[in-house]
Amino acid sequence: MSKCVCVIAEYRGGNFRRVTHEVASEGRRIADALGVPLQAVAVGSGVAEKAAELGRYGVEKVFVADDPALEGYIAETHTPIVADLVQKCDPAVVIMPASVDGKDLGARLSARLLAGLVQDSTEIVVENGKIKAKKPIYAGKCYCWNEWADGEMPLISCRPNVMGCLAPDESKSAQVDKVEVTLPEARSSVKSLELDTSGRVGLSGAETIVSGGRGLKEAGNFSLLEDLAQVLDAAVGASRAAVDSGWRPHADQVGQTGKVVNPNLYIAVGISGAIQHLAGMGSSKYIVAVNKDADAPIFTKADYGIVEDLFQFMPVFVEELKKYKSSCS
Amino acid sequence: MNIVVILKQTPDTESVIRIAGDGKSVVTDGFKWVINPYDEFAVEAALKIKEKHGGKVTILSYGPQRVVEAVRTALAMGADDAVFIDEEHLESCGRIKVAQAVAAAIKEMSPDLVFCGSRAVDMDMAQRGPMVAEFLGWPHLALATSIECDGKTVSIQRSLEGGKVTQESTLPVLVTFGGSHAVWNPRYASLPGIMKAKKKPLQNKKLADLGLDAAEFTPEKAKVRVVSLELPPERKPGKIIDGGLDTEGKARELVRLLHEEAKVI
Ligand SMILES: Cc1cc2nc3c(=O)[nH]c(=O)nc-3n(C[C@H](O)[C@H](O)[C@H](O)COP(=O)(O)OP(=O)(O)OC[C@H]3O[C@@H](n4cnc5c(N)ncnc54)[C@H](O)[C@@H]3O)c2cc1C
Ligand SMILES: Nc1ncnc2c1ncn2[C@@H]1O[C@H](COP(=O)(O)O)[C@@H](O)[C@H]1O
Repeated sequence: MSKCVCVIAEYRGGNFRRVTHEVASEGRRIADALGVPLQAVAVGSGVAEKAAELGRYGVEKVFVADDPALEGYIAETHTPIVADLVQKCDPAVVIMPASVDGKDLGARLSARLLAGLVQDSTEIVVENGKIKAKKPIYAGKCYCWNEWADGEMPLISCRPNVMGCLAPDESKSAQVDKVEVTLPEARSSVKSLELDTSGRVGLSGAETIVSGGRGLKEAGNFSLLEDLAQVLDAAVGASRAAVDSGWRPHADQVGQTGKVVNPNLYIAVGISGAIQHLAGMGSSKYIVAVNKDADAPIFTKADYGIVEDLFQFMPVFVEELKKYKSSCS
Repeated sequence: MNIVVILKQTPDTESVIRIAGDGKSVVTDGFKWVINPYDEFAVEAALKIKEKHGGKVTILSYGPQRVVEAVRTALAMGADDAVFIDEEHLESCGRIKVAQAVAAAIKEMSPDLVFCGSRAVDMDMAQRGPMVAEFLGWPHLALATSIECDGKTVSIQRSLEGGKVTQESTLPVLVTFGGSHAVWNPRYASLPGIMKAKKKPLQNKKLADLGLDAAEFTPEKAKVRVVSLELPPERKPGKIIDGGLDTEGKARELVRLLHEEAKVI
């Protein structure tokens, strides 16, 4: 049988995560370029019932391991199970999400399968039947194209929100092959998994981000950004200076030692634009900067710059946006 | 409690990246080399646990000789001793080979805990820790933003997209560190610390000393190869919205541009 492209699905809280659909779509494209089938592996509690859905994104067959003990991801348990399913697929190429758990699993799989891994790829091409994958290095200050030695199986994790997603074809479903699960003996376990059900947009997947820096002066002033975020349905981020000052939780830090984000719109308020900050948000589609210092480096990257005191500008901007929004509805 | 911290020396995050003549590597002239920030977090966490439970903290590193400076800095922070795999070209043999060599070095030390950064801020691989754990046959807990250790078990918290997880493991276990400076607040090397660090033991090891066959460690073994590097497209300098407008005028103009030109609202 000809080898396939294998997609590792990510399933959490009863659903496949959006990045799974992106990776399946990318897998479909690669499989077509190579002229081979697209298969998937899916591991989780209750995943068997949902697995056929992956057909909507072009997956032909899914190997499934379904067990209540697989509810939360833990490397020690998931790695051998996923590795077995991947081997059942007998793939030419394996692609998977470069999500928090995905990158962790990818690394461990790389060692277990002795497969060369490229993490966090933003672009995959097929040239003369060979795979090349691009990934950011130095937090996006540079990009690196990689290839595999002859006869090696590429293992690639794909950065979320970059590769695009096929429109789901509701008429299609994947064949599901449920595999007997043998749980490995494990010393590590998940103690608790708290998913945020508030519906607030997280930084990583946000289309719009409003970030604040030292210019905000104190924690309470972030309400100016919360107001804006509310109107734009945006997530709120922060510079390291704001996080170090204790104004925002560390998970909100954008930059080289924080999150790397790529929204459609990034609004930097009271942020100077240090190289470490720019590394984390420089690939945003549009950047707006609000800063009272006309010489702030952030203006060299901003599509639209506002040289004003943020305390004066932000409330007015929010009002104007509200007016615009209500004129739309 | 014996803790090994795997530590990488990386260019300072201020560094400007230029592509070298070969098109496959970056120009390193003028780089200031520092401890990888996430590894500093790992050292800090290790020192805290040592302060509570006793034992020692050993730094494990490898690569060219310049790396020894980063190792000495970690010793100055308070680590006790170091093992340096003195194989300049180890990294070029591929990630799998490197992880196998690191695992071999760790096996010899049989520590209770191995700590490392969640990723190195130069190549952003985010893979070494879990790979080493797999070759050790150990569990690992990744991307810790907090850690508790009672001497028998370790538990960490990690952030997920839209969530939080607590994971636990018995010893021995490998832990990778995420979070940020605000979370770990790594200590600086004090002046007495720097003086003492000069006399702390640093063992050099060759691959053969780790029971490995050096002939197996060549660049040809690398499964993944760099084809080329490229810089991201330059952003065009944008426009400052001014035109003699007052605050309200600027706000209105910005809304208009975001809607009509950028089409993002
Ligand atoms: C190892 C390392 C890792 C790092 N990682 C990161 C990282 O991941 N993310 C990150 O962000 N930084 C990071 N940094 C820190 C970075 O170098 C900068 O120190 C930081 O980004 C500065 O934050 P800031 O722009 O908020 O503060 P500042 O640089 O102090 O800038 C504040 C800005 O606000 C403006 N301002 C002040 N008051 C007003 C007002 N009333 N109205 C309008 N504008 C005003 C000022 O003109 C100024 O430009 C890192 C540094 C190191 C050494
Ligand atoms: N060359 C190296 N020397 C020592 N430790 C390293 C090296 N490369 C990676 N590491 C360790 O592995 C972690 C993750 O790095 P990486 O997987 O390369 O992004 C780092 O934070 C270090 O702890």
